[in-house]
Amino acid sequence: MLRDITIGQFFPGNSAVHRVDPRVKIVLVIAMIVTLFLAGGPISYGLMIAYLAGIIKISGIRFHMVVRGLRPILIIVIFTAVLNLFYTPGDILWSWGFLHITRQGIFAAIEMVLRIMLLIIGASMLTYTTSPIDLTDGLERLLGPLKKIRVPVHELSMMMSIALRFIPTLIEETEKIIAAQKARGADFESGNILQRAKAMVPILVPLFISAIRRADELATAMECRLYRGDEGRTRMKQLKTTRVDLLAVLVSGAVFAAVIVLGRMGM
Amino acid sequence: MSEMIKTENLVYAYHDENGNAYFALNGIDLHIQRGEFVAVLGHNGSGKSTLAGHFNAIRLPTGGKVYVDGMDTAGEDKLYDIRRTCAMVFQNPDNQIVATVVEEDVAFALENMGVPPMEIRRRVDDALKAVGMYEYRSHAPHKLSGGQKQRVAIAGVIAMMPRCIVFDEPTAMLDPSGRKEVMRVIRELNERFGITVILITHHMDEAVQAGRVVVMHQGRILMDGVPREIFTQVDALRRASLSVPQTIEVLYDLNAQLDAQLPVGAMTVDECADILQKFLQ
Repeated sequence: MLRDITIGQFFPGNSAVHRVDPRVKIVLVIAMIVTLFLAGGPISYGLMIAYLAGIIKISGIRFHMVVRGLRPILIIVIFTAVLNLFYTPGDILWSWGFLHITRQGIFAAIEMVLRIMLLIIGASMLTYTTSPIDLTDGLERLLGPLKKIRVPVHELSMMMSIALRFIPTLIEETEKIIAAQKARGADFESGNILQRAKAMVPILVPLFISAIRRADELATAMECRLYRGDEGRTRMKQLKTTRVDLLAVLVSGAVFAAVIVLGRMGM
Repeated sequence: MSEMIKTENLVYAYHDENGNAYFALNGIDLHIQRGEFVAVLGHNGSGKSTLAGHFNAIRLPTGGKVYVDGMDTAGEDKLYDIRRTCAMVFQNPDNQIVATVVEEDVAFALENMGVPPMEIRRRVDDALKAVGMYEYRSHAPHKLSGGQKQRVAIAGVIAMMPRCIVFDEPTAMLDPSGRKEVMRVIRELNERFGITVILITHHMDEAVQAGRVVVMHQGRILMDGVPREIFTQVDALRRASLSVPQTIEVLYDLNAQLDAQLPVGAMTVDECADILQKFLQ
């Protein structure tokens, strides 16, 4: 049951979107988020939708998987829509008691819903098409300059990748502990929430002890393999910007520029 | 300088909660030459793993000296060179693999050493080929079997090109086929690449494959010699709570019960079968 958990929801593939340098992808997503908030008007939003649809198409990820990714934020989307719908002042179209729907409210609601959904889709396309390890790697290199002001960028990314490395190991371990406790008559399924939470204690205690022991052993093993932190460290995999990256930057740049210009003109 | 490891009256003591001193190692004098394949045997608590830790400066002696390729392990400044010369493979492969991709893990030590990327690539590929895991280079470690994981861990160590590798019970958590795979790799490292191998183990059948066996008991060296010499001393081994290889055990017990007066030094199943056949005729 625990095995189904995927972190970051990565769909392996070899499409052009997958092959774009993780650093480029991260920067483009940030640019896209900024662009989304400068858009305004049907043409600019239409362009953004077409842009993201194009990316989904090229990536080869099935459309319904992307839509499924929106499900967790559905409540936020509805909440935002309702708030904008009823609380935007303007020309009243319909009212009932203290509730008023205005023309501006309808537009504002549609716009906010579109923004949130496009933002989430764009960001999920990053995690869908970039392996967690590439993502950490890309972030480490992008944030590299922050090392100068003593931000522990390398240490953070090392922690991230060790966490990713040990998730499957600890999941396996948890399953073993659950099975072992069940064999000793532990009951995880019945009772109210409080009782069930209490039933988790005999799982968590051994899991934590084992995780700490693993950490200790791993630290020794890393020291034996000459780990001394970031200093003087090289990397086997060099990230190289290729033609795909250039293309991605040019196309995205053009789209974002157009969206911003159109948006500012209210189209 | 042909001595890879030299210990002089090595003592390692620690105190328990009540302040009583325990001597995990109590005066060890051991010399290991370059290119040797030494198995260190001992039951639990005999001090064999503590001893292994000293060869890599994970533990430092509380008394006496340890030299790795002539370098005193007590000196902080040599720590890096010592670990580069004498690498270590641990018991649990899960807890020594750092990266989420096999080849990235093998590259880990080289990245730490600041080797140029092209050179890392070449040495990673060579190391993976040497342990027969090259086809798995882009796999995730958690999807491999125990024996395969341990071979990846070994590749990560041999990529550093150490002159000596200490294996601390590398097969303890593996199934029989995984044990066989790992033992084959260990033998090859010694025979083909001339790497000095120190194998900490409590499996008799693994110790038999070494060129020299050191038996530890209560923090001291009980016996030191070639396998045939050691394993024929059945009584002494049993007193140290150690068993002997089954091939020897069978002959020894026949001698004891039937007064058969067989030669007990059978190191392989074939040797044992020959002796038994002659006896039955």
